[in-house]
Amino acid sequence: MTISLLLFYGISAILLLSGTMVILARQAVHAVLFLILCFFNGAVLFIFLGAELMAFLLMIVYVGAVAVLFLFVVMMLNVQKQGWGKALSRTFPMASLIGIVFFLELGALFFFGTLELPEGEVEKDFLEGLTNSEALGTLLYTKYPLLLEIAGLILLVAMIGAIVLTLRDRGPGSSRRVDTAKQLRRRREDVVELKKITTSEKLS
Amino acid sequence: MIPLSHYLFVSSVLLILGVVGVFLNLRNIILIFMSIELILLAVNINLVAFSYFLKDLTGQIFTLFVLTVAAAEAAIGLAILILYFRNRGTITVEETS
Repeated sequence: MTISLLLFYGISAILLLSGTMVILARQAVHAVLFLILCFFNGAVLFIFLGAELMAFLLMIVYVGAVAVLFLFVVMMLNVQKQGWGKALSRTFPMASLIGIVFFLELGALFFFGTLELPEGEVEKDFLEGLTNSEALGTLLYTKYPLLLEIAGLILLVAMIGAIVLTLRDRGPGSSRRVDTAKQLRRRREDVVELKKITTSEKLS
Repeated sequence: MIPLSHYLFVSSVLLILGVVGVFLNLRNIILIFMSIELILLAVNINLVAFSYFLKDLTGQIFTLFVLTVAAAEAAIGLAILILYFRNRGTITVEETS
């Protein structure tokens, strides 16, 4: 029982426990915080596997953006504390049945299946001696550049979609847009009028 | 040295938790979203574990793209959730009565 094995067991135990608490939490905010704990432990597992860039990206993108987004939405919608009422008792039998069946299938796979790992063919020569981030970056830009472009496009489309969906349009008078033609059509004699007055006379 | 089957076990139990969470939560759509994120995390752990044991970086490249698509999907899903809430005033998923 080496230290790394014990650490792995501890981290995965916390991961699975917080995963359980995500789906069983009474308050939505607790569930989001347990999800963040899951992501932390997932990042630690990634570091065990030598994938440091993925661990950092998990923290920055998943926890820093997606989980914070979840938290914003939960707090904005002001989800009331909902206990384990009749809704849960309605779905619990079927959900647990699905879980048990899934678990039994995977257990059967573990016990009766064999796993032979073939040796992966990768260009090990130009990836020698690089850190994980450098190696991933090299691979991304040389072997998979098209996927990078497509990922950027996906993010762009998602951003446009989210904005278009939630934009509240208050009608034509809402945005303070400048109508240049209307500005240029404005003439002095329409707007300004000179009135000649003597002193102590009121302007009507 | 931690064998591959341990990582696969962790990842598969997390997947099961996520799937059960999708079916379990009628009261709150956000919990369904979070269960989907759990499923995606399980898949990521799986991919990175295989990438380590096969000594091939393709698994991590794929994980990068899964992360990207998950972020995009979370953004649009939450936008749809907000619209749903605007129209209905509540986020419980009621059964059709």
